[in-house]
Amino acid sequence: MMHADTLARDKVEAAGQRPLLDVQGLSVAFGPEGRAVYAVNDVSFQLAEGESLAIVGESGSGKSVTMQTLMGLIRKPPGRVTSGRALFRGRDLLAMPDSELRQICGRDIAMIFQDPMSSLNPVLTIGLQLTEALREHQGLSEREAERQALDMLDLVGIANAAQRMQAFPHQFSGGQLQRIGIAMALVCKPSILIADEPTTALDVTIQAQIVELVARLQKELGMAIIWISHDLSLVAGFVERVAVMYAGSLVETAPVERLFAAPTHPYTIGLLNSIPSLTAANTRLVPIKGAPPNVTLPPTFCAFAPRCDHAVARCREAKPVLEPVVSGHAAACWRWRELQGLPRTPEAVMATARASGAAPNEPLLTVSGLKVHFPIRRGVLRRQVGAVRAVDGVSFEVLRGETLALVGESGCGKSTTGRAVLGLERPSEGEILFEGKDYAEATAERLKERRRDMQMVFQNPFASLNPRMTVGRIIGEGLRAQKIGTRTSREARVSDLLALVGLREALRDRYPFELSGGQRQRVGIARALAGSPKFIIADEPISALDVSIQAQIVNLLDDLKTRLGLTYLFIGHDLSMIRYLSDRVAVMYLGRIVETGSTAAVFGTPLHPYTRALLSAIPVPDPKAGGTRRRIVLGGGVPDPSKPPSGCHFHPRCPKATEICAKVAPEPRDFGSSASGQHLVTCHHAGEV
Amino acid sequence: MLSYLLRKLLLGVPVLFGVTIIVFAIAHAMPGDAVLAMITAEAPSSEELIAMRRGELGLDQPLYIQYLNWIGQILHGNLGRSFVNGRSVAAIIGERLPMTLELMGVALLAAFVIGTTLGVISALRQYRLTDYSLTLGGFVGVSIPDFFMGLLLVYVFALELRWLPSSGISTAGDSFSLADNLRHLILPAAALALFRAAIFMRYARAGMLEVLNQSYMRTARAKGLKPSTIVLRHGLRNALIPLVTVFGLALPTLFGGSVVIETIFQWPGIGLMFIDAVVNRDSPVIMGYVLITAIIVMLANLATDLAYSVLDPRVSYD
Repeated sequence: MMHADTLARDKVEAAGQRPLLDVQGLSVAFGPEGRAVYAVNDVSFQLAEGESLAIVGESGSGKSVTMQTLMGLIRKPPGRVTSGRALFRGRDLLAMPDSELRQICGRDIAMIFQDPMSSLNPVLTIGLQLTEALREHQGLSEREAERQALDMLDLVGIANAAQRMQAFPHQFSGGQLQRIGIAMALVCKPSILIADEPTTALDVTIQAQIVELVARLQKELGMAIIWISHDLSLVAGFVERVAVMYAGSLVETAPVERLFAAPTHPYTIGLLNSIPSLTAANTRLVPIKGAPPNVTLPPTFCAFAPRCDHAVARCREAKPVLEPVVSGHAAACWRWRELQGLPRTPEAVMATARASGAAPNEPLLTVSGLKVHFPIRRGVLRRQVGAVRAVDGVSFEVLRGETLALVGESGCGKSTTGRAVLGLERPSEGEILFEGKDYAEATAERLKERRRDMQMVFQNPFASLNPRMTVGRIIGEGLRAQKIGTRTSREARVSDLLALVGLREALRDRYPFELSGGQRQRVGIARALAGSPKFIIADEPISALDVSIQAQIVNLLDDLKTRLGLTYLFIGHDLSMIRYLSDRVAVMYLGRIVETGSTAAVFGTPLHPYTRALLSAIPVPDPKAGGTRRRIVLGGGVPDPSKPPSGCHFHPRCPKATEICAKVAPEPRDFGSSASGQHLVTCHHAGEV
Repeated sequence: MLSYLLRKLLLGVPVLFGVTIIVFAIAHAMPGDAVLAMITAEAPSSEELIAMRRGELGLDQPLYIQYLNWIGQILHGNLGRSFVNGRSVAAIIGERLPMTLELMGVALLAAFVIGTTLGVISALRQYRLTDYSLTLGGFVGVSIPDFFMGLLLVYVFALELRWLPSSGISTAGDSFSLADNLRHLILPAAALALFRAAIFMRYARAGMLEVLNQSYMRTARAKGLKPSTIVLRHGLRNALIPLVTVFGLALPTLFGGSVVIETIFQWPGIGLMFIDAVVNRDSPVIMGYVLITAIIVMLANLATDLAYSVLDPRVSYD
């Protein structure tokens, strides 16, 4: 494709040099001919020196495979490059022998990976892992390599670098590890850094730190960056150009402002519509219909056609190529010209704003002073020497018919709270009243009864469904266990449930592995609903799903709530989704709730410093806001819950902390008004100007 | 770490105590006793003589008294005396144990090195001819029991090819030399090692395949390291961790295997001693053998745990 990336070309021509990286018509397939998976199809793009490019797409879009192919990281077989060239400073990465490619990888092109916990070798010291590339590529002595590694660790902000060179990866937190991963990639001062979803496995506040760090290092070291992500909002703030991939093909590429202001490809538009906005009103999310693409068909048609509202016969017969829309902006769609005039968000959808349920008043669930401590035992006699204070004095109410969201970063105790409420974890202290009855101390028999009324939707629909059971049995199992109805009535109930969550009856006899992620989560929801519960605890039900599917599931949960009169306790870390679907929010930090209030109050006028930092760390899908918005980047990570800080747990990271914070744990105070309802804030300094 | 070791050793005490009860019970449940075993058809003895011999050996006392006497001795560090030749059991074992440890040590080391190497090669060449041949070889290896392997080796290398001696630890009549001893060691060690090498190979292959899919291996490749560095430094270190368990599990079966192999090759270790003791109903020797084996297996398990913490920095005992 010769007209691929005019922007980069302009830049390149202006500089009077060839592009740093020039990928031309790259196609990669996995598996034998006939049963192949077409992972990357005819992808072309260019990257100029010092440029930052984001490649955005959902899982299976081929974004990672494209990059890994360039670095020779895909396994061959089964992978094979079926066509294309990738010129790095004029040399074809795909045609050179392995020994030559090896000299470029790690030295000129380096990569950071998604999960820092698994991408560093657990049995080697970080010192060794940092220095080995230097010694390999630059032939440095051990001492010199160590010196350079130390400089790099300082640069990425690892304190006490010299002492920590002998430490192993498990001795660091996730955020620190990703810093080390970045240092490892940058030790040889590469000219291209490929970042493969480097923040996806991290918490929002840590994510903000890492994004800031990479953006700063890019300026300091003058390297080009290719940032792979599934999250358009995240990259909006700091890249120059965005390329959107779908089913192995580039569907749109444009400068970042242009892409957000005038998206052209229906998929890009759909993706932007399915992201909840922090600022917009409570409009209903517009999911992209259908499921992620089937990449086992040869790419001879527009892969997005089955999910596209505007698809015509031509889209199903021939594959569109990238055509320039304006200079620097290209889209691969047969109908982009005709679609230009259409409104981005269909009017009909705008009108059906989210109906807020009937005014809730009476509490369905009251949790007070809940503590869940896990003992730490040590020594010859296994004496208890301490406790992990996972949940350390949590009180909240969930009113009938409302959705309360429990928000916080990993390790804050939100999931443990949910599990304790359901009786999967035994509380160490505190009361859990459901419909007025305390069952913190309940027997197994009583808890089983309770589960008729209370069910859980789990985070990972891939791991939480039994792979050896059919969909029908998974959904019906709870009914059998609770001895509800007869065999025939249960069969009928399963059919009803399938219809309720939007699954075809034909899926009843399938096994979970035959389903897509979205379908599996629908099964998980149907399973939870089987016994007609009143109360659903949803533990991060969408975080394992693709962006375009997340919106579908959120809408489903919302519909079910209204139709069945359910009450939700929604546990999550994705604040923009939570703002969208909750009535009230409780923010947790290190085992305690720091702020509770109506969604509008907490998001509109956050009063706790932690809530403010959390909110400011959320990426917004707006490239202009990225630069101007003041982001509060918290230092450090969440402390060890077995040794929580004294006084207010948040004080070591709090920008407002004073002497009293380290000594006295604050009590919740109500800052609400009659209009906004109760707004409890646990901070000594809340309300100060 | 120290407190972990201490706790494990303390836990070992009741286990060993249980072992003594079981061993004693089994040794005395065997039909006949040492005195009857000594009496052959050629040397008929009178009833009085039998009773006298039993009295000398303490076999006429009630079982619990016999047990308590034995335990009392053990607590004094004394394993008793052989009924057959009156020598101290500790001395007999002390003299024969080195032979068995030599045989087992060489067999285990060879099995581990060969098995792991082939397993790693097999994993690196997954689904190619090398992998298929090695996997098939491994299947054959785990399918042939020790004793049959021993007989097979004797037939081929000692009887047919006449390359290696078929029994003993050194050539009769010659003065003892290490080279000669090692020549005698090859066949019995190979008989013990082949089966275990096949097992190590299977686990090493599976372990390495799993490691190859880990994302830190991808990181290592992305750094542009040499393939040998990637496999040995980043891969093997991780693949060895699960093998430690297999290594620990191989020890007890090795004691069992050495009993059979020492008998076939007339290797004068404690395995051969044990068989002789069983034939002669020499219960102090039988019990001494089992007790020593149990202690060695327990210590080996402890060593396995420690090896874990050395290989895997994430494992720490407290």
